Amino acid sequence: MKRTIESLGEYLLLIYEIILNLFSPPFEKNILINQIYEVGLKSLPVCLMTSVAVGMVLALQTGMASISVLNEPAYIGTVVTFSLMKELGPMLTAVVLVGRIGAAITAELGSMRVTEQIDAMYTLGTDPIKYLIVPRILAFTIVLPILTMLSILIGITGGGIISYLRFDIPSTIYIRDSLDYLGLEDFFHGLIKSVIFGIIVSTIACYKGFYTEGGAEGVGKATTSCVVLSITFLLIGDYFLSSLLIALGIG
Amino acid sequence: MIRIINLYKSFGTKQVLQGVNLDIYDGETITIMGSSGEGKTVLLKNIIGLMKPDRGSIIVDGTDITKVDNRTLRNVQKKFGYLFQGSALFDSMNVFENVAFGLRHQNLSYEELTKKVKLYLSYVGLEGIENMYPSELSGGMKKRVALARAVAYNPQYILYDEPTTGLDPQTAETITDLIISLQKKLNVTSVVVTHDLKAAIKVSQRIAFLSKGKIVAIEESKKILNSQEPLIKEFVSAAIL
Repeated sequence: MKRTIESLGEYLLLIYEIILNLFSPPFEKNILINQIYEVGLKSLPVCLMTSVAVGMVLALQTGMASISVLNEPAYIGTVVTFSLMKELGPMLTAVVLVGRIGAAITAELGSMRVTEQIDAMYTLGTDPIKYLIVPRILAFTIVLPILTMLSILIGITGGGIISYLRFDIPSTIYIRDSLDYLGLEDFFHGLIKSVIFGIIVSTIACYKGFYTEGGAEGVGKATTSCVVLSITFLLIGDYFLSSLLIALGIG
Repeated sequence: MIRIINLYKSFGTKQVLQGVNLDIYDGETITIMGSSGEGKTVLLKNIIGLMKPDRGSIIVDGTDITKVDNRTLRNVQKKFGYLFQGSALFDSMNVFENVAFGLRHQNLSYEELTKKVKLYLSYVGLEGIENMYPSELSGGMKKRVALARAVAYNPQYILYDEPTTGLDPQTAETITDLIISLQKKLNVTSVVVTHDLKAAIKVSQRIAFLSKGKIVAIEESKKILNSQEPLIKEFVSAAIL
């Protein structure tokens, strides 16, 4: 319990330092651009592949369910689009990035910590929070919403392909079903979630790496802990965030 | 000048530093010796502000770094160069980028930066390896690159954490000679932590002995081998045997 409270305190202090460093120069633009490439562009293929598969299986399951209830494959576009836009798009993209990037960030920062490279940065006049952590947090926050929206688009397309191939639903019907009930508030529901998820995943990954102790074993433990904590907080946070957004009329 | 006054540092229930008092004068090289686990590295990290003591003061050129905010501490840290025991080179950067790292905020042109990096690599006898990565370097080469990195931005104080540990005798001798030559070239104040008595006598003017969390003896290095102080005699005999 004592250790949990200490960890929470360390995490909140780190958030405070990050916010301070966000608005004070120097701004590490080159590192930010590099991180956007690493987090965004390199994650694009896996995010899109995951999303198209999810869209396809969602269309399949929705079609089969509606056949058993309504005797025809109805509202596939509606279900696929709403599910991806408001829930599965932001959540799955964040989870993919936890595995692909979050764990890597923790491992990288953790290795730097246990080999005193982070201490070395302090001695060379550079704040490692500004140099290592802020660009990663910013990159995640910028990139995750973009990746999410692209993933949602591809997922909806995947659903459309299955709708046509499996259930003979023309694309015009599918697109009409997708857009008929979709509002701007649903779009913002997904967008806001993806921003918040980006902050959650990146801050946990950076925190776990920055405060790693105990050599190689410590790095391994920190990496595992990053993945577990991130996914736990994503899932639990998703419920509260969804409730809040719905209460505010955003989706 | 650095003044360490009544410094205490513990980790959980383990009391490591228990009232360290030490003055380090400008321009001198002083070695802090002691057995493994006595807290030599802990003391060094407290001096540079990488650790915060439980009690006591560390006054660097009139500023007590134990009582300042992070921004002021960062400014004081810029007076220091630190050679880590494991070198702590940034493994995602090549040698050039490592040595140039401390010069990032000096707004130097690329040509000026290149000139400085080449100069400091020449001081440590490693010209021409700018494009190599730390994983391609031997232990001795890593130490020398780390030394070039630590001095590249002309610090006033250089702290050496076990500079010869893990190196073969020849390379250890090279590092010791480098410490002496850098001392002459750059006119810095150096604090060396080591249990290598031969290196300590060679590089420093004074040797301080850390035992049970305190500085228990300080002696001029040329008088160490003939010292009658019981603790120093014991340490010297153990080192010689």
